[in-house]
Amino acid sequence: MIVGMLIHLLLLLLFAPLLAGIIARTKALFAGRRGQPVLQLYFDLLRLARKGSVISKTTTWVFAAGPVIGLVVPLIAALMIPFGTLQAPLSFDGDLILFVYLFALARFFTAAAALDTGSSFEGMGAAREVTFSCLAEPTIMFALLVLAKLSGGLSLDILLGDHLNASWRGGSGPALGLILVCLFVVLLVENSRIPFDDPNTHLELTMIHEVMVLDHSGPAFAMILYGAALKLMVLGTLIVNLALPWATPWWALNLLLYLAGLVLLAMLIGIVESVMARLRLVRIPQVLIGTTLISVFALVLVLR
Amino acid sequence: MAELWLLSLLLPVFGALLVLPLCRYATLSAGIAAVTTVLAAIPGVYVAMSLLNGQPPISIAYAWSLPGGALQIDVDAVSAFFLLPVFILSPLCAIYGGAYLHQVKGKLLGVHWAFFLLLVASMVLVLSAGQVFLFLVAWELMSLTSFFLVAFDHQNKEVKQAAWVYLVASHLGVTLLLGFFLYSSQWSGSLFFSDFEALRAIPQHQATGLFLLAVAGFGIKAGLFPFHVWLPEAHPAAPSHVSALMSAVMVNLGIYGILRTVTWLPQAPAWWGLLLAGFGIAGALYGIALAAVQQDIKRCLAYSTVENVGIIFVGLGVGIYAVAAGFSAVALLAFAGALLHLWNHSLFKGMLFLGAGNLVHATATRNMNQLGGLMKRLPATSMLLIGGSVAITALPPFNGFISEWLIYLGLLHGGLEMPRAMGLPLLLLVSLLALVGAMAILVFVRLVGISVLGNPRSAAAASAHEGSILLLAPPAILLAGCVLIGLNPLPVLDLLRAPVVLLIKTELLPMLTLTAFTGLGRGVWLLLALIAGMALLFFVQRHRHPAVVAATWGCGFALPNNRMSYNATAFSELAHNHLLPRTLRPEVVTAPVTTFFPQAVQLSQQSSDPVLNRLLQLFFTRIANLCQRLRWFQQGRLPIYLLYIFLTCIGLMVWSLRVFGGG
Repeated sequence: MIVGMLIHLLLLLLFAPLLAGIIARTKALFAGRRGQPVLQLYFDLLRLARKGSVISKTTTWVFAAGPVIGLVVPLIAALMIPFGTLQAPLSFDGDLILFVYLFALARFFTAAAALDTGSSFEGMGAAREVTFSCLAEPTIMFALLVLAKLSGGLSLDILLGDHLNASWRGGSGPALGLILVCLFVVLLVENSRIPFDDPNTHLELTMIHEVMVLDHSGPAFAMILYGAALKLMVLGTLIVNLALPWATPWWALNLLLYLAGLVLLAMLIGIVESVMARLRLVRIPQVLIGTTLISVFALVLVLR
Repeated sequence: MAELWLLSLLLPVFGALLVLPLCRYATLSAGIAAVTTVLAAIPGVYVAMSLLNGQPPISIAYAWSLPGGALQIDVDAVSAFFLLPVFILSPLCAIYGGAYLHQVKGKLLGVHWAFFLLLVASMVLVLSAGQVFLFLVAWELMSLTSFFLVAFDHQNKEVKQAAWVYLVASHLGVTLLLGFFLYSSQWSGSLFFSDFEALRAIPQHQATGLFLLAVAGFGIKAGLFPFHVWLPEAHPAAPSHVSALMSAVMVNLGIYGILRTVTWLPQAPAWWGLLLAGFGIAGALYGIALAAVQQDIKRCLAYSTVENVGIIFVGLGVGIYAVAAGFSAVALLAFAGALLHLWNHSLFKGMLFLGAGNLVHATATRNMNQLGGLMKRLPATSMLLIGGSVAITALPPFNGFISEWLIYLGLLHGGLEMPRAMGLPLLLLVSLLALVGAMAILVFVRLVGISVLGNPRSAAAASAHEGSILLLAPPAILLAGCVLIGLNPLPVLDLLRAPVVLLIKTELLPMLTLTAFTGLGRGVWLLLALIAGMALLFFVQRHRHPAVVAATWGCGFALPNNRMSYNATAFSELAHNHLLPRTLRPEVVTAPVTTFFPQAVQLSQQSSDPVLNRLLQLFFTRIANLCQRLRWFQQGRLPIYLLYIFLTCIGLMVWSLRVFGGG
């Protein structure tokens, strides 16, 4: 189990920053630019980790807790999901609830750290983050319920495990397709991507996640960037496992298939970010309620 | 055993009698209250623990001159389960209260403490009564003493109003309970609860009537939606240690009543369970939604009590539903989760009310918009509040997560294993609970972030400082309990075995899924270890390269002041404009800007309870108007009233002649 955990964590820690680079390159391609190196985030993290930092005089230990917990949570969450055919090293009945609540823990402390600065911009971002996730949470629960109903298990390892191939081929294809869409939307919301949020804008007023971390610098900021990259990979893994349910007899090939799936997903995110405009803030709840309804429909399809 | 129980009941009564003559001496009477509750708690906790560990129930009968037999005391595992929070919370609240009321001048504090001690004694008596009269007397005593505790600051108009709402609500509840007990003792032919076994033969529709009466009558005390209206009024009005005791302990007794009723009545049909779970989830959503728009920190916590009671009822309702459907494993998970959540709620809500009390004590305001920046000024209180908030939002590794996780497991197992149409409500409940959880994060990030973090938004907050150790130790002890249960839930779950057996009424109890607990434990410890490791790394790095301290980045604006920082109203604006249904939105009062050169405008926002203001108020106004039509009865002249008496006597005579046949 320890070996399994180490492999999972190594894979996650080494591969995750690549996805951000791929998204950026895809966007650059669409914009007709050459773009930054694919490994840019690795360089950024190294650079930031060595830098000193500036902190606000208003802040307390809560300000440091945000980045720390934001980095630790995806690590633990990753242990509960299978990477392709690589089984989850930490798996038990009901771990899907822990999975969801761990991200809630990270959200609590990220938002609290933002409010700790006393800046009204960061307060605004914190309010948006916690409000919008109220609408994302039921969607992700419904999606997991569909998988639980299909697999008959209650741990993510089973939910995203062998049953998927048969379920796609059986009558449940439409339901799985629907929750795939829902999970992709949740991925975009949770990782603060266009059309819900724009990680690159310079207007604090229009941002959600990025505005919460305005005051972090140096190693703390590196932790935040790293945490965000890990979270993207963890949530992306849900989608990749769901969308690519094939397994070959060779584990190396399976792993490559999984990693290729993640790269494809990153490219897809890049395409979505290139071809869509950012939604108006007040439209976001409507879209999220829409995806919740779709996921309810998927559940009804499965229960039918 | 029986003697120890008696000791734990009589010590607070004795304390109350001792305090009354000494009521001029504030410190002395607070001291007596603290000492007697502590002394009562020692045998009390012992009795409760040994009953939960499987000791036989206590049964005592004393002769009584009232009609209806003896003064019967029955304490079993279910009572013990509810007694434990009484004995843990009451000494802590008494110790805290002594320090909290230290500044109060010009009041006879001894009277307050006498009511406090009587409230503790009456709660013990409610939980031990084995006979209808005794139960009702204790219940009424509990309502009245807590009314006087709420009305502590009765010169204040709002407090008076709140206490009044509470008094009316609890008496409406008692009226319903009177009907319930009259009917059930009529049917079973006895006033003793032990004879209520006979009720198991009652026809189904009468059983349903009794059940609904009990849900409404006890639900008022429990704060079950839509009977919760007194709760958000009374909790902020009362002194904080009283709010803590009422919210963390007294509310439980309503749940106790409903549970007892379910054990008396015949096997509950599935829809009773669904009804309770439906009220529960509606209350959870309603409570947390309104908690999100409150500016008063204690009112926010009161609505969160409505939410948590809702979650407890979801667990209980699902348990009843699963028992009716024959899924005892699901019922076990749901009941265990609900009962554990009840204990957890006692711990963290008591803690949060005491912590909020510290803020009120230090700044003399409950308005979150006036607070802020207290992490630097009240570091210990602030840390406690953050811990309590993490616990109450059911985040790992605290205790709230364990109980909600059990309820989720019950719902998931039920939803997946039951046949389709039966499982669907449970699956819907899973997602609704997730929604409640996400909104709880919103509420408590707001509570902590606005009232404790950031910059002070008023002079009072800027000059606040920490109170005495007596204000810090009680909430710290409660928070320690939260952490302990969160990290080591299995011993606590073992204590729940006896009450759950009484509720499911089967000896064949499937074991709790222990393998899941080892997995969960691993995950939680790994989380803690990684957080600790990362924090250490962070600390070492920060030590090597000390950070430059500067002002918060104001996005280029050079002179931000503290009043510009985000406040509670701003934080929830998005939620109440885009998330909540229109009826739950707070009223915003503002004047429109009319001229080209706008004058100063005021904007204020006030949230009132829609059930109280739009539903009950209308209903009671209607009744009051109807009663106006009977005004002509009251002529105000003596002969008319003599005529009434005369007519009544004649009426009674005619009636007795007809009934008894002129003999």
